[in-house]
This record gives sequence, C-alpha cells and structure tokens, in this order.
Amino acid sequence: MSQTHKPHIASASGSWRERLVWTVLSLSVLIALWAIAAAVAQNRHGPGPLAVLSVLAHESATGALWINLATTLARVAVAFMIAMLIGSAIGLALGRNNTADKFFDAWLILALNLPALVIIALSYVWIGPYEVTAILATAINKIPNVAVQMREGARSLSRDLDEMATVYRLGWWNTFRHVTLPQLAPFFAAAARSGLALVWKIVLVVEALGGHAKGVGHQIFTAFQSFDVPMILAYALAFIFVIQLVEFLLLQPLQARLNRWKR
Amino acid sequence: MNAHQPIGHAASLEINVEAKTFSPVAGRPSQPVLRNVNLTVEPRSFLVLTGPSGCGKSTLLNIVAGLDTDYAGHIRFAAVDPRIAFIFQTPRLLPWRTVEENITLPLPKGDPRRARVPELIARVGLSGTETAYPERLSLGMQRRVAIARGFALQPDILLMDEPFVSLDEPTAQSLRTLVIELWQSHPTTVLFVTHDRPEAVRLATRIVRLSQLTDTMTSNVLADGPIVLTENQRKDPASIRAEQARFFDAQ
Repeated sequence: MSQTHKPHIASASGSWRERLVWTVLSLSVLIALWAIAAAVAQNRHGPGPLAVLSVLAHESATGALWINLATTLARVAVAFMIAMLIGSAIGLALGRNNTADKFFDAWLILALNLPALVIIALSYVWIGPYEVTAILATAINKIPNVAVQMREGARSLSRDLDEMATVYRLGWWNTFRHVTLPQLAPFFAAAARSGLALVWKIVLVVEALGGHAKGVGHQIFTAFQSFDVPMILAYALAFIFVIQLVEFLLLQPLQARLNRWKR
Repeated sequence: MNAHQPIGHAASLEINVEAKTFSPVAGRPSQPVLRNVNLTVEPRSFLVLTGPSGCGKSTLLNIVAGLDTDYAGHIRFAAVDPRIAFIFQTPRLLPWRTVEENITLPLPKGDPRRARVPELIARVGLSGTETAYPERLSLGMQRRVAIARGFALQPDILLMDEPFVSLDEPTAQSLRTLVIELWQSHPTTVLFVTHDRPEAVRLATRIVRLSQLTDTMTSNVLADGPIVLTENQRKDPASIRAEQARFFDAQ
C-alpha cells in the first residue's frame, strides 16, 4: 500500500518526517499482529515480540550482540566496497568497448547465474577457512550484478555531451568529472542500494557455512542447530535494523544529493 | 579546383571538402553527401549555410568542428590553435551543473575570460538564474545559456547549427537580435546553419546555398554570394523579403 506514496515522498527531500511517521505506524501494526499471532499459537517455535526482545537484551548485556554485529558489518563493508570497485571497472570497460562486450557477455551471464552456494563452497575449498575467503566469496557474488548495472550506465552515456566536451576542449579530467561521472551516478547509486541488500544476505550464508567463530551468520547457524527461534529472530532483527540505518543515514542522503539538479 | 593553396592573410578559415560519404548503415547503401565544397571564409564574416535537410550542412559544420574526421579534403585555420565554439541544435548543457558553471566550464581556472562572464550573463538576459539548474529553465532560456557559453570562449570560429529551431517566433526573433549584437561586440568568424531563408538573410554577410547531392553533380554548392543590407534594413521585413527574392530566386 505504502508503495503508492513512494515516488512522491522520495522526490521531496524535506518530507523525511512524514516518511518516519509512516514507517513507525506500519511497523507498529506489524509488531501488534505478530504479538497476537504468537499469543494465539502458543508454540515454543513461534515466540512473541517480548520473548525476542528479552533475548536481544541479554545478548546485548553480555556484549555478544555487538561483537557479532560489528564483525558482520565489517565484512559487509569490505566486501561491498570491493564488489562496487571491481564491478564498476568491469561494467565500464564492457560498456565502452564493443568487442570486449561481445566476448565477455557470455562470461558475465555465466557469473550472474552461478549459485551463491557454489561460489561460497568453491571459495572455501580453494582458499581455505580464512577471513579473506568470507570477504571474497561475498564480493564475487555481487560483482556480476554491479558490472551489469554499470555497463548499462556506460552504454547510455550521451554522445551529444561527449561532442560538446570535445569541441569545448574540456580535457579528459574535466570531461570525466563533469560529463561522464554525473551520468553514471544514478546507475552507481542503484547498484549500491541493491548491492547492500544482496551482500548482507550472502554474508550470513558465508559465515554459517565457513565455520567462522564470530558473526551474525555464525550465531544464527548455531541457534538453528538447537532450534532456538528467539535467538534467530533476535539477530535477524538486529541486523535488519543496522542495515536500514546505513540505508537511511548514508545511501538515501547520498542519492538525494546526486539528484538535486532534477526537475 | 582542389589545388592546395596556402591560407591567405585575408582568410580566417579555408574549407576544402572534396568528398564526404556516409557509410552504409542497416541495409542502406553508402551515401555521398558532400562533394567539392571549397570555401574561403573571411575573418569576422557571418557565413550562413542554407539548403534543404539532408544536403550536408550540419555535416560540414561537424567537419569544421573536428567531430567528423572521415572525409577527403582538409580544413585550414588562420589561427595556429584555433578556439572553436559550437552552439548546437539542442542546448547540450550539463543538467547537473548550474547556469554559471555551464558557461565557465570550458574556461580554465584563473583565465581572464572568466571575469567577463557575469557581464555576458547579464547581456543574454540570464541575471538571477546563475545558480539555477538548466532543466528548471525554459528552452529559450537554455538556448541563451548555450549562446553565452559559446561567446564566453571568445572563439576564433563560432559554429551554430540551427540554434533557434523549435522556439516560438518572438523568442527566436529576440535571440537572433541577441546573437547579432553579441557578434558585433565580440567580432568573430561565424558559420551558421539554417534552412530558414528569412533568418539566413536577416543574419548573413554571406550565404552559401547547398543542394542535395546527386550522382551527376560536381559540387553541391548551388550559390555563394554576399548579403548587402544595412542594420536598419535587417530589421525591416520588406527589405528582407526583397533581398531574399534577389538572392534565392535569381538562381
């Protein structure tokens, strides 16, 4: 339902208060529904919000929550940056060079369709159970998506503006900075936002399968082995909250800044 | 006809395009567009290229600008390293840069020409819009920004490719007056493309008429001659009609 409000709200930069009100309202209703469902079901595997909250408080008090969140967030951050950097470089190269694009297109399609599980398994077999493996396995999963989105951006670069830059002799640096980069910015922002969502989901799987001693994924996997549903939900919710915070405080303001010239 | 002569003192620019052919695209055969277009352009002249669409007038402008290098012939400039400004058919502004940034971008930091930009912005009637983004302006205003960008460069050669199309007539008329005034106060060699005959007569000191190339033609220059009108006559529709009849109907 709230989808219909989205374009209007996203375009007006001053309406974050309104958006906050809607978010709080909608989440309150969801939590209320959850509490009612849990109370009706009365099942050990379907804990209510209060049970999950008490687990969260306990994990927070022991410090385990913070260590695990920080570990996972650090892995997300590094993997995300590597994926954005390498993916952008590949995408731009393919978007600007027709021959390279024709040749590597099949590789890209193969990489896009490679299941995350296969990449993760092979990474641990080939590299070993190290920190760098967790980060690489996550980044490799994301690189093809970034490359495809940035290739689209490079393909859509305006020839008109390029000619203008040539005649007016802007030079390569000014052309890159004032003509090329602003055209790529929306593609980069889109890749970043969808990238963050994908990376944090994959990082949990990597942590679970890779046998790492710390991290949200490890914690959830341990809880799963003892069917500890309140613990699974507590960590899931804590991490969703952190990622939304990054989205809200970092990515959305960045995108608003990039779009300020739009009508 | 194709003799390579050193560029004379009196010329700002020499155009010798022996042949320009568009490569075949999507099943369409290759298509010759320009043949033996040889023009010596005097400094500070306002040369208007006119002719039907497809006669190659925009192509000729792109060749002079250096954007199209796939042709037989050569272009010579009097200036060693000529500054060329191009006012395109669409404004081609950077939507993510402000009006002022768009105008100053081609000028290096610390360049004395930057000091004259505020005056130029006022002259083209853009005062108060310096910090606006182009997409918030009307097309007429965006064209003014493009004109200011071209003149801010203080170019040796100013190219204009139908810069007033898709404007209402009063707006187009006021921009024509503006371009003439700017050209008179910042004299430069102008190559101006239009298919609008009254516009050509109103602006030109010389008109070169191109025609669509056919296989039997040795050149697509159909006519080439001066327009001799006083400043007052250029503002008078009857004088423009008379001169238009003299130039276009005589051939």
